Amino acid sequence: MSGFRTLLYKEILRFWKVLVQTVGAPVLTALLYLLIFSHVLEDHVQVYPGVSYTAFLMPGLIMMSLLQNAFANSSSSLIQSKISGNIVFVLLPPLSYLEFFLAYLFAALIRGFTVGFGVLLVGLFFADIEMRQPLWIVAFALASGAVFACIGIIAGIWANQFDHLAGVQNFIIMPLTFLSGVFYSIHSLPPFWQSVSHFNPVFYMIDGFRYGFFGQSDVDPWFGMAVVAPFVLLLGGITLSMLKSGYKLRH
Amino acid sequence: MGSAVCLRGLEKHFPRVHALRGIDLDIEEGEFFGLLGPNGAGKTTLISILAGLTRASAGSAAIMGFDVTAQYRAARRALGMVPQELVYDPFFTVRETLRLQSGYFGLRRNDAWIDELLVNLGLADKADTYTRQLSGGMKRRVLVAQALVHKPPVIVLDEPTAGVDVELRQSLWNFVRRLNQQGHTIVLTTHYLDEAEMLCERVAMLQEGRIVALDRTVNLLRAGAERRLLLDLDAPDLPDFLRPRLKGREGAHYVLDLPDYGDLEGILAQLRGAGVAIRDLALRQADLEEVFLKVMHGGRA
Repeated sequence: MSGFRTLLYKEILRFWKVLVQTVGAPVLTALLYLLIFSHVLEDHVQVYPGVSYTAFLMPGLIMMSLLQNAFANSSSSLIQSKISGNIVFVLLPPLSYLEFFLAYLFAALIRGFTVGFGVLLVGLFFADIEMRQPLWIVAFALASGAVFACIGIIAGIWANQFDHLAGVQNFIIMPLTFLSGVFYSIHSLPPFWQSVSHFNPVFYMIDGFRYGFFGQSDVDPWFGMAVVAPFVLLLGGITLSMLKSGYKLRH
Repeated sequence: MGSAVCLRGLEKHFPRVHALRGIDLDIEEGEFFGLLGPNGAGKTTLISILAGLTRASAGSAAIMGFDVTAQYRAARRALGMVPQELVYDPFFTVRETLRLQSGYFGLRRNDAWIDELLVNLGLADKADTYTRQLSGGMKRRVLVAQALVHKPPVIVLDEPTAGVDVELRQSLWNFVRRLNQQGHTIVLTTHYLDEAEMLCERVAMLQEGRIVALDRTVNLLRAGAERRLLLDLDAPDLPDFLRPRLKGREGAHYVLDLPDYGDLEGILAQLRGAGVAIRDLALRQADLEEVFLKVMHGGRA
């Protein structure tokens, strides 16, 4: 497995060398959301009893940043390697498709967690954040991060140019994450949009993640996990079979 | 075993192109082998199948006896590949690049060999430079070093000197030749036929996905084209005894057939006997380019 270790190390080193862009920028973005939304809504909205709006907002922002960056890491690394041609450096060595998959998956998770942790640290200056059920926090972070890491690998392999990737980013990732209850509880929505939200898997990711912090959520965390876990298996399976077949990598 | 590279019935269909149409080829261990052919002949496809970058539609390919798909780990460990494009990873320095490449092959403490490669390829003072900052020729050297980090018995170079300056070509060939003398099998594709002629013991010529000529380089040169004697004589006509050899004229020169250089002595003596002075004399031997063109434009060598 030392080939896997090296590939993982290389993928981490890749974003670590440009930490300002890969971690600093998304943390700053989350901070701006935090400042603006909490300024506007702090005194007007209380979703859960005893939880300030700023505190309510934090888990959603952490999860959204984690997901977007897990996606960004695997997708941008792959598309850059494909377009510049240096993908051959990892196709020529005796790496199995499983090693390849795990290296990109873990690197994406580590990037997502690093950004999420950065958002959490910044958030601690603005609100008291409790963590009542840390296991649920970790479980939802891992499962949801894995789903987006896989989407990133799939999109990075499928895309032929940066435009394709930007399309996935803008038309799939952004709407899914923004319309998932990051900034609100879906109970505040009209009934129609409430039921629409239940079809968004990211809603369950954020809701379950939030449960870990407050012990309160819109749906039961076990139910949320029962929705998210199959997505991990499904997307993991799709990614692995793409890599096994050599789709767009080995012609 | 014994074959460094073994191809059997290798076929490759791309959606619109039938790139390889049944290639059978054995390259022996320790050979310096050339793969020639015009653009689109299938050279790069063939090499990509060896390297596992492309999958064959039919047939089999093995490196040092290891099938490139069924035993891909052993096959890839046995192969070092220098790709045609000048690719690099802008995030890393030369040394980082080589350490990472070693790691992919499971080699963790490889710095002694990396240092040796850097020195041999004239990269020692560039070890800590980012690869993106290197000139084209230097990037090419890094690619060669990357292909060699795991000391592969078989080394494939896909047009390594395309667009590379003369000095680097020379030093690169000296280095590759030394690797060959140490027992590495070298497979080379090139557009520069003089390079193949100078370096390769044996060549295969590819055309439209088929091998149209496969022989030792010397045999191809001998069989492929006639030797010619070019004479400019201080005489109104060609002496009769030379008429049977006449193939044509090039300016003031008669072009004469001279299959055996041993005949030259006799021809000169006869001319002297006939009192014909020689204004100019040249010998022309086939080069690989001529053989190549001849093979490509019909018929096998």
